[in-house]
Amino acid sequence: MDKFDVANSQKYDVYASRLLPREEYFTSGHRSCQGCGEALAVRWVCKAIGKDAVIAHATGCMEIVSSGFPQTAWLHPWIHVAFENTAAVASGVEAGFKILARKGKISGRPPKVVAMGGDGGTSDIGLQALSGAMERGHNFTYICWDNEAYMNTGIQRSSSTPFGAMTTTSPPGKMSIGQHTWKKNMMSIAVAHGIPYVATASPSYLFDLYFKVKKAIETPGPAYIHVLSVCPTGWRSATELSVRLGRLAVETAVFPLYEVVDGRYHLTVEVPKLRPVTDYLKPQGRFRHLREPEIKFIQQQVLARYELLLKKCEAPYPEFPPLHPPEEGE
Amino acid sequence: MGKRVGMEVSIAVSYAVGLARAEAIAAYPITPQTHIVEHLSSMVANGELEAEFINVESEHSAISACIGTSAAGARTFTATSSQGLALMHEVLFIASAMRFPIVMAVANRALSGPLSIWNDHSDIMGARDIGWIQTFVENGQEAFDHTVMAFKIAEHHQVLMPMIINMDGFILTHVVEALELVDQEMVDRFLPAYHPRHYLDPKHPVTMGAFAMPEIYTEVKMKHQVILMNSYDKIMEVWQEWGKLTGRSYQPVERYKTQGAKILLLTMGSLSEVAAIAVDELRDQGVPVGLLKLRLWRPFPLAALREAVGGAKTLIVCDRAISLGSASAPVLSEVCSAFYSLSKRPQIRGYIVGLGGRDVNPEDFKEIVAQAQAKPEEGLSQEFHLFGVRS
Amino acid sequence: MSKPLDQMTWQEIELGGLLREPGSARAYRVGDWRSQHPVWTKSRCIRCGVCWTVCPEAAIVEESGGYFDMDPNYCKGCGICSKECVTGCISMVAEEE
Repeated sequence: MDKFDVANSQKYDVYASRLLPREEYFTSGHRSCQGCGEALAVRWVCKAIGKDAVIAHATGCMEIVSSGFPQTAWLHPWIHVAFENTAAVASGVEAGFKILARKGKISGRPPKVVAMGGDGGTSDIGLQALSGAMERGHNFTYICWDNEAYMNTGIQRSSSTPFGAMTTTSPPGKMSIGQHTWKKNMMSIAVAHGIPYVATASPSYLFDLYFKVKKAIETPGPAYIHVLSVCPTGWRSATELSVRLGRLAVETAVFPLYEVVDGRYHLTVEVPKLRPVTDYLKPQGRFRHLREPEIKFIQQQVLARYELLLKKCEAPYPEFPPLHPPEEGE
Repeated sequence: MGKRVGMEVSIAVSYAVGLARAEAIAAYPITPQTHIVEHLSSMVANGELEAEFINVESEHSAISACIGTSAAGARTFTATSSQGLALMHEVLFIASAMRFPIVMAVANRALSGPLSIWNDHSDIMGARDIGWIQTFVENGQEAFDHTVMAFKIAEHHQVLMPMIINMDGFILTHVVEALELVDQEMVDRFLPAYHPRHYLDPKHPVTMGAFAMPEIYTEVKMKHQVILMNSYDKIMEVWQEWGKLTGRSYQPVERYKTQGAKILLLTMGSLSEVAAIAVDELRDQGVPVGLLKLRLWRPFPLAALREAVGGAKTLIVCDRAISLGSASAPVLSEVCSAFYSLSKRPQIRGYIVGLGGRDVNPEDFKEIVAQAQAKPEEGLSQEFHLFGVRS
Repeated sequence: MSKPLDQMTWQEIELGGLLREPGSARAYRVGDWRSQHPVWTKSRCIRCGVCWTVCPEAAIVEESGGYFDMDPNYCKGCGICSKECVTGCISMVAEEE
């Protein structure tokens, strides 16, 4: 692609980046690795949720780098309890605000409740609490920071680790190709609960992420956003590639960007011509050991699942009934 | 005074929670706590209690959601038992470390394995170190009284600690007793609305739950210990106030016929009532025996216990839980520690009774006292007797 | 919280270990970590602001005239801004000793 240059730029009056809010809600001074894609995502999600929100956060990379006593990088009211119960804590905060508002102890609209957790704290140990919170229909947004392994504890595999990836508990060897199962589909699990808003997002597509988060927090009821968080440390990629890799994940259909509104699927970023998965796998050391058969399998699976997703986008009605019957007058 | 009614104790506890105007309840059903949460559910559904009832999907989520509701600033209650308490375990420490004044009723029930739904104290004895205030009640009236008082104690601005009221499962929870209730007006005057000192509010953002490096962890624990131990005075104040309002005064270590007693039994929970009957019968026979009922378990009432024992020669501690692999028993070991450093101390004997809901009757206590009166054994490999075990 | 951690007494610890100063992490100058830093060639910069959006550290600040520069206190030298720059006007330069 030709670099956009000063000459081209004369055609434009305004750059969209400059229209975004300047106030930081996740401050500098946090201790994430250089080039952390997750920290970039957190920075923007916190801006999108706005001032009037509280955050419940799981144990994990983002919690550890940002909240070592006595320093905190968070400008939002923020609570960390344990690893697997963020959705339960958020359920409690939401219910607490609800009753206090009802009793007139807090005036106006209660703050938005946002729960955040990594892939480990969401799809593995935190799955029960998340499922319970979604099933009960709490008015909250759950954001999953998916860096595809238990990164904070030293890059051990999770159910979100992609097929073939090297982690310290799914190392390749004579008897192993690395992770031998496909990434757990958290999106489908969320959709199956009949919640009104589910989406994938990536900080490489900033505006897509930003407006999805805004939509999620305004949606009454549970909302789930799954954010692909590039981790140069765990993925063994160059630190400067964190945004580029996120883009490649979308352009190869490894991580398509879509949303599911009231059970209806649609892509939010269309890729007219998909790139081959090797474009995405090659810059990452965690896939370095893969040979032809594995790569072929990955390519096949990615395309097949993408086709399935496209079909879901055309489905005439939602697969799962909504959580609650519509209110009177709807 | 108040109205006198016959009521199942679980219902009385729910009624107490309603009088206390609890605002948020997150609970998961487990025998024998079920009647408490069922009744609370129906109170909320009927508009008798203005609260949010969260039907969580496990006890781990129950206590986590309680932390959430408390962090939002709502008066919070939950109840559990046995396996449920065990499932909450890691979060219990966090709730007290973060100073959330959650009130929890524990319907004491034996821990698995094997599965048992019947009463003993193994569930709560496995949670000695969680840093909560813990009390034991002997009967339905106490269960009712202490549930109301717990909110006042826990939410006191110099305390702000979660609190457990232990009540024997089935033996208390499922029994109808004659109780004297109090009215809403009295409770409203006794227990004002909850005003949290720390809560989640975008107008005053705070970070809760930061992690601690080795340089500071010890200091954090020290602070917690000091606050928990110092809560003793506030607990006494609240109990005294209740005593003035209702005529029912409570002590951390209750004494029953201890005047001139050479031998003292020490029990907790509903066993105290049974032991009292045995004491009556033995006294009639001229045996100089008395009873101590340990009501306050955490903070441990060291001074009150030493004072209550006074000059008795023998103290028989009756545990209702076994600490497997220990040479001692839960309450026994703490009582022994309380007297070890004193030059003048009673001979302390340990008995474990009533495990897994096995009935303990006055005859059993009389037998225990008789054994204690016989020649004291020295140099035993175990410090306790597992009373009534068939071999 | 200006006292060093290993000098704090137990009495000084807030309610449940609460932190009342949001954003206090700014006291930690992570800029010490870097081994390279970005340099903007202003003549080729179109002041689009993309570099500002892609910094995980929020360590790119707008200066006079709408141009951007790194905040030396917090830039970790990851190179994302350089890679994502639309006109390619940011180059990564090694830190001097």
